[in-house]
Amino acid sequence: MSEQERPPEQPFEDSQPETLFIQHFCEEARPLSYYLKNMSGYSALKKALGMSSDEVINEVKKAHIRGRGGAGFPAGVKWSLIPKESAKAKYFICNADESEPGTFKDRDLMRYTPHLVLEGMAIGAYAIGAHTGYIYIRGEYVRETGILQAAILEAEKAGYLGKNIMGTGFDFEITIHRGAGAYICGEETALLNSLEGRRGEPRVKPPYPAIAGAFGGPTVVNNVETLAGVPFVLNRGGDWYAKLGRITNSGGTRIYEVSGHVKKPGLYELDSGSVTVRQLIYDYCHGILDDKKLKAVIPGGSSAPVLRADEIDVVADIDPMLKIGSMLGSAGMIVVSEDYCLVRLLARIVRFYAHESCGQCTPCREGTKWAQDILDRIEGGRGHQQDLGLILQVADNMNAKSLCALADAAAGPIISFVTKFRADFEAHIRGGKCPHA
Amino acid sequence: MADKILSDKFYSTMKKLEPRYPSKLALLLPALHAAQDEFGWLSSGVMDEVAEYIGIHPAQVREVATFYSMYNFKPVGKYHIKVCTNVSCSLRGAERLLEHCEKKLGIKVAETTPDKKFTVDEEECLGACGTAPAMMINDDYHENLDVQKLDRILGELE
Ligand SMILES: Cc1cc2nc3c(=O)[nH]c(=O)nc-3n(C[C@H](O)[C@H](O)[C@H](O)COP(=O)(O)O)c2cc1C
Ligand code: SF4
Ligand code: FES
Repeated sequence: MSEQERPPEQPFEDSQPETLFIQHFCEEARPLSYYLKNMSGYSALKKALGMSSDEVINEVKKAHIRGRGGAGFPAGVKWSLIPKESAKAKYFICNADESEPGTFKDRDLMRYTPHLVLEGMAIGAYAIGAHTGYIYIRGEYVRETGILQAAILEAEKAGYLGKNIMGTGFDFEITIHRGAGAYICGEETALLNSLEGRRGEPRVKPPYPAIAGAFGGPTVVNNVETLAGVPFVLNRGGDWYAKLGRITNSGGTRIYEVSGHVKKPGLYELDSGSVTVRQLIYDYCHGILDDKKLKAVIPGGSSAPVLRADEIDVVADIDPMLKIGSMLGSAGMIVVSEDYCLVRLLARIVRFYAHESCGQCTPCREGTKWAQDILDRIEGGRGHQQDLGLILQVADNMNAKSLCALADAAAGPIISFVTKFRADFEAHIRGGKCPHA
Repeated sequence: MADKILSDKFYSTMKKLEPRYPSKLALLLPALHAAQDEFGWLSSGVMDEVAEYIGIHPAQVREVATFYSMYNFKPVGKYHIKVCTNVSCSLRGAERLLEHCEKKLGIKVAETTPDKKFTVDEEECLGACGTAPAMMINDDYHENLDVQKLDRILGELE
């Protein structure tokens, strides 16, 4: 429904459905007392502890919770890959590194609903048989670290975490591990190295973390939002959670993060697959800043291939996005109006990936630097006609030829920007300067 | 080894963390954070002492520490200003803020004022894109910034 079609007596906000998370995004929701009174209050964990681990995993499988960290892998399936018997201790890890540009949901989940994250972790740990958990949180989230720490203490005191949880004999201890400013540590095997006290360089796979992860033991790594959904699955059932999603194999709600040139940037939680990119921008975010024309949307964090303004009727969910050659990623939508130079934008994106490349793989290390040089040249009006062919070749060389997805994360934007907005790049090269300047 | 530089508080904090990890090496990042909290940066002497505490070669501490951008290897000002210039903030005018900071304080990115009060850095995405442009001063976030708000915040710093 477009802005004009909406009857004025019925403001759009009123039709927003009940949310799992963001209705609780306020400071009052933080303490355990609120969590006990108004939210799960560890009743989901209690229920899980009365079930077998397989029953818990099956419920999560039924729920079709797909990973909210970017890759969309089903959480229940991930948990089922952990060997039942293991000579080495198993670990359950929450990925709270949140560093993909355009992504800002995990911060609110942690600072407003910390117990939801802790309870989700404890349920996962029980399901895979882990007794040690870590929250790997980006170093900048100092306040959020304090909030989570306080929540862990509250939960331990009340017997919801720690030794002999709720008298069931199950032990699970959570420790917060702070990162120190390296985007790549969000990649799960880099995260594991960083946790172990090493440089945050991604590992060669296999072995996958499910077999040999943290400290050599079987390990699950899940995103904050993925875990925050788990208590709802246990309390209300996997089928209920799955049905919130309007698309097969994608359950629950989804927190969309909209930033950039919209009138109302922020978080919007909606049923998975129930909304198009256009609706998010024009209905929920009230359209483009200063009523300018929409130029481009980056739909899933800065590594997602860009969409043109005529491609935004796509449903904002994992599979529909893949189908049109982009990705939902972390659901961080960056909206760009006609006012901003796309050459400059791509140059900024590529500078980020060049800076954050860990340097292990030559195609990634050299490719991102080379692409950055070419883009700086074009942006500065010193580009050559051959540069566009060259940069596409560089990007092609990086794609899927490296150890981790960071190389693809840089290649995707390069290829999509240059092919979809070729005229913008050519104008820079021909005119010898930025037409926006 | 020479006299300890790190405080008793550092050692008691670490002692409490030790049982939480199956290996001593895993304490390296927490130790570097705790050490930096004491001095604002990691001097050679501090890193040597961390190496001794963990039981690894000092070169290994440097090899790991230099991977991470939050560790400072030279002193920073009392107020460490980190302005995000990544995409969402840039779309909302972050570069103007950074320039304003530089002009007002008379320093360039990665520099510290002569009175050691301010250091300015350009930062990658801080996870506050919905309230862009954003910056951090020490451990605190400042969001929805514009030049007036920035001036007010800087003016309030002692
Ligand atoms: C370069 C790179 C950065 C990543 N950063 C994050 C991150 O900050 N947070 C996150 O949850 N996942 C991140 N991921 C995805 C993780 O590797 C992993 O897939 C995810 O944590 C799994 O959790 P999920 O299945 O619940 O999504 C990143 C991946 C790559 C390749
Ligand atoms: S692809 Fe890039 S970031 Fe990933 S391991 Fe290789 S060099 Fe490092
Ligand atoms: S881009 Fe600046 S906070 Fe994300």
